Amino acid sequence: MSKKLKAVIIGPGNIGTDLLMKMQRSEWVEPVWMVGIDPESEGLKRAAAMGIKTCATGVDGILEHVIEDDIRVAFDATSAYVHAENSRKLNELGVIMVDLTPAAIGPFCVPPVNLESHAKNLEMNVNMVTCGGQATIPMVAAVSRVQPVEYGEIIATVSSKSVGPGTRQNIDEFTRTTAGAVEKVGGAKQGKAIIIINPAEPPLIMRDTVHCLTEGEPDRDAITESVHAMVAEVQKYVPGYRLVNGPVFDGNRVSVFMEVEGLGDFLPKYAGNLDIMTAAGLRTAEMFAEEVVNGTIELPARGE
Amino acid sequence: MNLQGKSVKLHDMSLRDGMHAKRHQISVDEMLSIACAMDEAGMPLIEVTHGDGLGGSSVNYGFPAHTDEEYLGAVIPKMKQAKVSALLLPGIGTVDHLKMAKELGVSTIRVATHCTEADVSQQHITIAREMDMDTVGFLMMAHMASPEKIVEQAQLMVSYGANCIYCTDSAGYMLPDEVTTKISALRDALPAEIELGFHGHHNMAMGVANSLAAIEAGCARIDGSVAGLGAGAGNTPLEVLCAVLNRMGCDTGIDLYKIMDVAEDLITPMMDQPIRVDRDALTLGYAGVYSSFLLFAQRAEKKYGVSARDILVELGKRGTVGGQEDMIEDLALTMAKAAGKI
Repeated sequence: MSKKLKAVIIGPGNIGTDLLMKMQRSEWVEPVWMVGIDPESEGLKRAAAMGIKTCATGVDGILEHVIEDDIRVAFDATSAYVHAENSRKLNELGVIMVDLTPAAIGPFCVPPVNLESHAKNLEMNVNMVTCGGQATIPMVAAVSRVQPVEYGEIIATVSSKSVGPGTRQNIDEFTRTTAGAVEKVGGAKQGKAIIIINPAEPPLIMRDTVHCLTEGEPDRDAITESVHAMVAEVQKYVPGYRLVNGPVFDGNRVSVFMEVEGLGDFLPKYAGNLDIMTAAGLRTAEMFAEEVVNGTIELPARGE
Repeated sequence: MNLQGKSVKLHDMSLRDGMHAKRHQISVDEMLSIACAMDEAGMPLIEVTHGDGLGGSSVNYGFPAHTDEEYLGAVIPKMKQAKVSALLLPGIGTVDHLKMAKELGVSTIRVATHCTEADVSQQHITIAREMDMDTVGFLMMAHMASPEKIVEQAQLMVSYGANCIYCTDSAGYMLPDEVTTKISALRDALPAEIELGFHGHHNMAMGVANSLAAIEAGCARIDGSVAGLGAGAGNTPLEVLCAVLNRMGCDTGIDLYKIMDVAEDLITPMMDQPIRVDRDALTLGYAGVYSSFLLFAQRAEKKYGVSARDILVELGKRGTVGGQEDMIEDLALTMAKAAGKI
C-alpha cells in the first residue's frame, strides 16, 4: 500500500490549480480528483490535461467515488458559503478536510505553530486562516514563545492582481479572521490585522509587517534567535519567505518586516500571498500522512 | 473664472485629517471647543475620526489620545446645526465600526479606497446606504489613475449605493487642469443626482486653486480644514477658500470672520509644528506621495540618518498607496544599510 494520502481538490480556480501543481511533487499526498461546478471551466480542463479525474457536479458528484478511490483528504478552495456543507459530507465518509476558505468552522492551522498538535489529534477539519495570517502569525508566535505579547498587529500588503473577487467582496472577513488567529494561534492577548491592496505595475511581491508589544522589556537576543528559527521553519514549505528587516526594537515594540515570494507554479511569483496558502494547505495534509506512517494516528476505519 | 451665484458645501477635515498632523493626540476638550466654534460659524459638515479613519488606532498609524467612540460621543450631541461625518478605509475599519458610528449619530460616512480598488468598498457602502446614511465613495490618490479609470471606479461605488463621489488628491499632486479634467469626466458620466466632491492637500500650494477648479467643473462639496490643519502641508485652508469664494460670489453659508477666528485663536495655537509647504511636504506633492507619510518619514530620518526627502521620493517611485506607513521604516532600514549607516 502506498504511503501517500489520496486527495480531492474542490474548486478549480487559481488556488486549486496552484495546489494541484504543488501536490504533483509531493511525496505524501497524491491528487486524484478535481471538483468544480462548471464543465466548461478552464480549471477543470487544466486538471484533466494533467491526468487528474474531474467532476463538474460539485462535491455531491464525487461522494460515490470516495471509498473506491480511497480518498483520505480534501482541500476546499471554494467559498465560505458552501464550505460547511462540503466538509460535513466528506467528513461523514472519513475524509480529512483542509479548509482554504475563510469559513473557519474547524480550528485555525498555521503549520510551524500548531499543525503537529492538530495532526496528532486527528482534527477532521482544519482552517488555513488567511494569506496574511499564514505569512505573519509564525512571527507573532516567534515572539510570544519568548515572552508574553500584549498586542500583536499585522499589516499585509498584496498586489491588486493577486486579490480575487471573493476577498474583495468581503474584506472585513480577512481583517476579523486574521486578527482572531493572531490571538488564538499567534498568542497575542489582543490582535489587529490590516490589509492594503497595491496596484503598482509590475506587481509588488507580498510584504508583511508584524508589530508586537511585549509585556516588559523585550529580550532582544532571545527574540532575534526565535524569529530567525521560525523563518527557517516557514522556508521549509515556502522557500521565498524572507526576513527583509528586523527584528527592530523600540521600547516594548518588536517589529519584523517580511517579504513572501511564491514559487511561481500556477500563480506568478509576486503572488506570495496565494502561494503561502496553497503551500501551507499541502504541508498540513503531508503532516497528517507522516503521522499515519509513524503510527501516531490512525485514519478513520473503512469497511471493505 | 465665474462662480457667481453658485453654492458649495464645505466639509471640515481639521479634526480628522488634522489628527495626522497632531499624531492623533487631539484632546476631547480641544475637539469639542473647535467643533462648537465651527458649528457656530456655520460649518455644515465636520469630520471626526482617527486620521486613518474608524479603526485606525494601531501601531502602524498611531494610537490616538481617545477612541473614535469617545470623540464622536463627545462632539455629536453638542452640534446645533453641523452634521458629523466619519471616514472608513476597508481593510482597516470594518462594518462593525460603521454601525458604531451610525449609532453615535454620524450622518455621513465616507468609504475610502485607493482609486483603482473601489470593489473592496461594496459591503460597507451597501450597508451604509441601507442604514440611510449620506454615503460617500472616496477615491484616494486620484492622481494615479486616468480619468476613464476614475469614472469606472466611481460607477462601481454608485452601483453599490454611494450618493456622492469624491476625487481625492491625497498626495497634493494635482494641478488645476487635472482637477478640471477628472471632475468634468465624472460629471459627464454620473447621473445628475450623484453629488461630486474634491479633497485637496496643499503640498504644491494648489489647495485653493484646485478647489475652485473643482467647483467650476461641478463639485457640490469641497473638503478643507480650518487653518489647514491636516496631513502634509495640510488641507485646503478653509478660511482662505471661504474668503475667496465670498469675493467670487459663491455661497458657502459660513461666517467668514468667525471661521477666521477659529483658525487664528483655536487651531493655530495647538499646532505641534507649522503646517506649511516645507521641503518634505513639497516633496510629497512633487513625487505624488500620500500626505500622512510626512511625519513618519521625518521620524525615520531622525532615527536612521536617511533623508526624509530621499525616503519619500523612493516611496513615490515604488507606487506606494495610502495606508502603507509600515513601508517607511522598512525602506529607511534598507536605505541605511545600503549607505553603511547601520
